Amino acid sequence: MSSSEPAVDDVLDTPFFLRWLTAAAAAVSREAARLTDLDSAIGDADHGTNMQRGFAAVAEALEKEPPGSPGATLILAGRQLISKVGGASGPLYGTLLRRAGKALGDAEQITPQQLADALRAGVDAVAQLGGAAPGDKTMLDALLPAVEALGGDAGSFAAASEAAEKGALATVPMLARKGRASYLGERSVGHQDPGATSSALIIGALTEAAR
Amino acid sequence: MKMLINVPETVVADALRGLAACHPELTVDVDNRVIVRRDAPVEGKVGLVSGGGSGHEPLHGGFVGPGMLDAACPGEVFTSPVPDQMVRAAAAVDSGQGVLFIVKNYTGDVLNFDMAAELAEDEGVQIAKVLVNDDVAVTDSLYTAGRRGTGATLFVEKLAGAAADEGAPLERVESVARRVNELSRSFGVALSACSTPAKGGPTFELPAGELELGVGIHGEPGRERRAMMTSREIADYAVEVVVEDLRPDSPVLLLVNGMGATPQLELYGFAAEVHRALGERRVTVARTLVGNYVTSLDMAGASITLCQVDEDLLRLWDAPVRTAGLRWGA
Repeated sequence: MSSSEPAVDDVLDTPFFLRWLTAAAAAVSREAARLTDLDSAIGDADHGTNMQRGFAAVAEALEKEPPGSPGATLILAGRQLISKVGGASGPLYGTLLRRAGKALGDAEQITPQQLADALRAGVDAVAQLGGAAPGDKTMLDALLPAVEALGGDAGSFAAASEAAEKGALATVPMLARKGRASYLGERSVGHQDPGATSSALIIGALTEAAR
Repeated sequence: MKMLINVPETVVADALRGLAACHPELTVDVDNRVIVRRDAPVEGKVGLVSGGGSGHEPLHGGFVGPGMLDAACPGEVFTSPVPDQMVRAAAAVDSGQGVLFIVKNYTGDVLNFDMAAELAEDEGVQIAKVLVNDDVAVTDSLYTAGRRGTGATLFVEKLAGAAADEGAPLERVESVARRVNELSRSFGVALSACSTPAKGGPTFELPAGELELGVGIHGEPGRERRAMMTSREIADYAVEVVVEDLRPDSPVLLLVNGMGATPQLELYGFAAEVHRALGERRVTVARTLVGNYVTSLDMAGASITLCQVDEDLLRLWDAPVRTAGLRWGA
């Protein structure tokens, strides 16, 4: 992989996906305390711990038995998250990666646009499972703008990462309508959503994988 | 904050090792986090499986045994268990009569139990699910994840467990569970925040002179914060909102539940006020249970749960039960 930002016609292979998920695991681990702090403001103070445990299992499983295709890599990672994270985050992130992995099929190389489409399928599955809509102060508020920015002619990992970051920040003034934060009502306003924040970390790891 | 633990990472596993050491009548799989009654599967009996985040003990592991649950799946502290646990539990307790999942209404629990139900059915186990959502503190169900599952979980597990013990088929056990949930309402108050081992301190701020009215069992906020009230005033408030919502027209089971750090002495004083307040509203109490049953780690405070009962449900309540956390008649 070149040191510059990949163009849309670059191909992404299995090692890229391994680097992405490894980088995501490192980012989640690095930011675990911050995620837990955000969660303690409007949730139950365990998002960092749970995500760290889940992604550590992902990294370990991928190292032990590296899958043969990008799709299989995402499916394996998704299964690990479902089995290790618990809470709502486990099924939701697990579904995101599994569904995206299924959408990729068994192609050995894929284009960034195919990745964007696969992630879109994953995000749609998350929306369906969790029943959340944009603006509900959930991970969708980071993921939806990210997959938008990833696809199309102007799409890039940097743009997706920036969109996810902005999306996570935009959850601050939102009123939570799903999950445990919803019980806070007005008191959820003024806090950044932990799920949107971890989503931005995972999307941000794409730029690291590309380097 | 000082805690009686080794390291935060092992609190759940340590507690499970303790349960195994103290209760030989249970099979405790510490690695896979499943607590099963040793004689499972019980021939001809519907299996009952529940679970949820740890930190609410004795719920659910303390309610595994004859007359109540067949298995429980503890998650991390305040984190729902993962599907693998419930699939394993269902396989361990299914005698061929099917398994009922008792699920408290939290997004994580619902998602993980739903996934588990699908997987268990793929393995040939018939699964029914009942959602417990009794917390009247949540008024805006449309714009939240809905009413939370709290104290009524004990009633659902006890009464459905008794029905299963009598040999009732899955549909009847499920309908008893559903009915008990529909006939139950709860309301809780917090006098202090709870502290998770991972955080090592309180998970929310509750000023010294205030209480949270309508608190959830993970410290979720309720209806309002007020200046500290007396036991009598709290009982009046709690009974008012619960009775208003339930409007019972027959006797009730009453659970006066401690949140974890409130002494029995205070709970009984509170129970007296709750009985008085119910009497003033012409609600007859058939049975009362007082103690720490559906807790929130070290939170100070209490909740009340009412379950309206008929002869049938009262008989199921009185039926023998033999678990670590609840036992009588056996």
